[in-house]
Parts: sequence; structure tokens; C-alpha cells
Amino acid sequence: MEKHIRVPVDKETAKSLSAGDYVYLTGTVYTARDAAHKRMEEALREGGALPFDIKGQVIYYMGPSPARDGRPIGSAGPTTASRMDKYTPRLLDMGMGAMIGKGKRSAEVIDAVARNGAVYFAAVGGAGALLSKCITSSEVIAYDDLGTEAIRRLRIENFPAIVVIDSKGGDLYRTAAEEYRHSEGGDQ
Amino acid sequence: MIRAVDVKEITENIKEMCIEANHFLAPDMGRALERAAVSEKSPLGRQILSQLKENLKIAAEDMIPICQDTGMAVVFAEVGQDVHLEGGSLEDAVNEGVRRGYAEGFLRKSVVRDPLLRDNTKDNTPAVIHTKIVPGARLKLTVAPKGFGSENMSRIFMLKPAEGIEGVKNAVLTAVGDAGPNACPPMVVGVGIGGTFEKCALLAKEALTREAGSHSPLPHIKALEEELLDQINGLGIGPGGLGGTATALAVNINTYPTHIAGLPVAVNICCHVNRHITRVI
Ligand code: SF4
Repeated sequence: MEKHIRVPVDKETAKSLSAGDYVYLTGTVYTARDAAHKRMEEALREGGALPFDIKGQVIYYMGPSPARDGRPIGSAGPTTASRMDKYTPRLLDMGMGAMIGKGKRSAEVIDAVARNGAVYFAAVGGAGALLSKCITSSEVIAYDDLGTEAIRRLRIENFPAIVVIDSKGGDLYRTAAEEYRHSEGGDQ
Repeated sequence: MIRAVDVKEITENIKEMCIEANHFLAPDMGRALERAAVSEKSPLGRQILSQLKENLKIAAEDMIPICQDTGMAVVFAEVGQDVHLEGGSLEDAVNEGVRRGYAEGFLRKSVVRDPLLRDNTKDNTPAVIHTKIVPGARLKLTVAPKGFGSENMSRIFMLKPAEGIEGVKNAVLTAVGDAGPNACPPMVVGVGIGGTFEKCALLAKEALTREAGSHSPLPHIKALEEELLDQINGLGIGPGGLGGTATALAVNINTYPTHIAGLPVAVNICCHVNRHITRVI
């Protein structure tokens, strides 16, 4: 089903989404990937605060290529989400509303999504040029020294994504392949 | 006859190739995507494949990198033994080309100096350079920027000779199945069979620079490439890992003699953004 969603997401909207829904996201999201997650984790461990209020917010796992003159951003597709799995349950428990990335998540993340009524979207990996067209502004708000890994606030418009993990524990990666499977996988 | 080549020429070519590879996919990859779009059974899969084609168009027209992960630069240099390089070292010339290409081409700097301390070198150097001395007076350079979503899903298996061809198939299907959506399918699968531990990894990497849709000249390996492509596409992973029949665009296998006691197999996974470009100077 196709849906137009405003981000940040409220709980009710997040809970209404099901694995397999095709969505267009419009609003504000924050980028963070490996190094920014590590710093946020360190800040929390030392009793500090996150660089932005995470309640209801969406984190986009993405590190862009540099913008050419006159453009808000360079190529801007999703990175592999599983590298952030270690940090994610805590952020979800703090109220993070959704994530955009690509690839499988751990059982702990899937549980935390369900427990908190959140959602995990996948954007198409390797479509960074196309996705950059849905980003209308970009501003570094923290960890500038991390270069591409800094935290950015993005305005997105009709950003295409697919619901992969929903608040009912649905996981599209697990179920979608079954339908088209006709050969055995390896077991090494 | 000794032929003199100024290393500045190498730098200039490497710079241009880094930029070109990240904005224009080689024609073989475009054709492979077209074929996949025609045969894909899943409607969502077809939608994703058409987004990928659109993405390539935007990348080329607007000069936006195809993918934001513009890779670690892998460079194969075949240097003719009758070439005399002047004006500096080959390695420095290549790295200078990468440095300029990634700066002037607005490409992402994704290399950290130390694998544990992890400070970004901020210019995407150093490249990973594989040099080979060959007969003749020419220089053949291949630049293959490698993204790590797929690189991270690559594997090496040290099989026993008794495991034979079934063991090889099992290894490849295991690596591809585990990679799933993480490697940005549809993938290109580079396989190295034989040699030693490090040689088979290099074979697999070289296999990725072969044209998608080309085949090994060895009949039994060509048959294996075809059978594996079929089996991989039967795993159901599909475009974006969201289900479908186009899980891989190509399986390229390179082989080398090996030891009586061994059967090394390396599986180097690449995404649909399989960048490679070659020039001869
Ligand atoms: S695996 Fe390939 S397509 Fe996916 S993000 Fe990395 S470089 Fe881009």
C-alpha cells in the first residue's frame, strides 16, 4: 500500500504501518552513522545529552558525498543498518520514532521496535543520486569534525521508502524472499 | 625498446577514472540491469530496478555520484617491463590521482588511516594497489572503487579437495544468502577458486572487473557460472532484498592452479554499483 507520511512520526502513525507498505516521507530527519552513534553512546554513558531531542525523530543511516555548488547535498543513499544495531535499542527506548537504512536488523532491534511502537524503513541501496533529489536542505548540527559522518538535519520531500520492520514484529526481509524462493541456500 | 612514461600521466588518468567510474557505470552493467528489469517477477522488484535505472540517468546527467559510498579505490596496474617510469614512484602517482579525483569529483572520503584508531585521511588515500609486471611497453590501469556494504559480506572458505564442486556451490550460496539485503542486490558475485589464501581473494576481486555477462573460457567453469547464477536467483532475495528473482546480475569465476591438499574459494560480493574502468597508456 502507498502512503504519504509526515516525519517526525507520531506513535499512532508508526503503529499504523505494516511491513511491505510503500511510503513517501516528508519533513525532517537526522543523519547518523557509525562514528556519530559511537559518540552519542559515549555522551550518554558519561551522563550527557544527545545533540538533538530524539523523541519521535527519525534517524537516517547515511553519510553523503560532498555537495556541488548550489546543491543542498551530494549523493545520499542509505548505509547498512546492522552496524548500528549495537546502539539502536537504547535510542528506541529513549523515544526514537523510526530509522531509515538498508539491510537486516538484529533480534534485539526487532524487539525494541515492537516494544516502542517504532518502525524501520528501507530506502533503496545504491540509489543515492535519485534519493538526493528528495532532500531539499541539509545542515550539520553536531560532530562537524566527522566529515561525512557528522550529524545533519535534513528536510526531505516525498522520500521513497519501504516499511521493513513494523511495530507488530513483522520483518519484510524474512517473509518477502520466501515467495520467490525456488532453490536451496548454502549452509557453510 | 624502452618507453619513458612520466608518472604525471598516471596521476591524471587515475584522477579522471575515479570521477568517471563513480558517475557512469560501464555499459555491461547497464545492460545487465535492463535484462534484470525484463525478467524480474516481483512488481516491487521491478519498481526498484526502474529506480536504479533512473538513478544511473540522474547520476550521469547531473554529475551526482551513483552511490554516496564512492568506495575505497582499488587500482590494478599492469606495467610493461619495457616501460621506464619517470618523475616519481608509481604508488605516489596513483595516490595523487586518487586524492585529486576524490577532491575535484566531489566524491566521498571514506578511508581511515588506522583500522582501529579510525581517523579519516580526508582525501580517500591510500588506494589499494595491485601491480603486475607484464611483457611489452604499455601500461594498463584499472580503477575499481569498492563500496563496503557489499565488501563486508565477502568470504573466504578453505575447502577440502574432497568437497569438490558441490563444496564450491555451497560456499557461494552461503555467502550470497548471508549477504542478502545488506549488499544492495542485485549483486555481482566475483569468485576465485584455487591458488593460496591470498591468491584466491585476489582472483575474486579481479573477477569483479570482468564484464557482467562475459564467461570463463573454461567450459566447466562457464557452466558453473551459469548454474550458480540460476541458483542465486532462486534464493528469492531480489532487488533491494525485498523479494524477487533478480538477486544477482552476474557470477564471474576466475581460477588458478592450487596445492594437492587444498581448494580455496573466495567470494567477493559487489552491489549493482559494480564500478570498474580500464585505460591503456
Ligand atoms: S553496497 Fe554498493 S550500492 Fe550499496 S551502499 Fe555500498 S557502494 Fe552503494
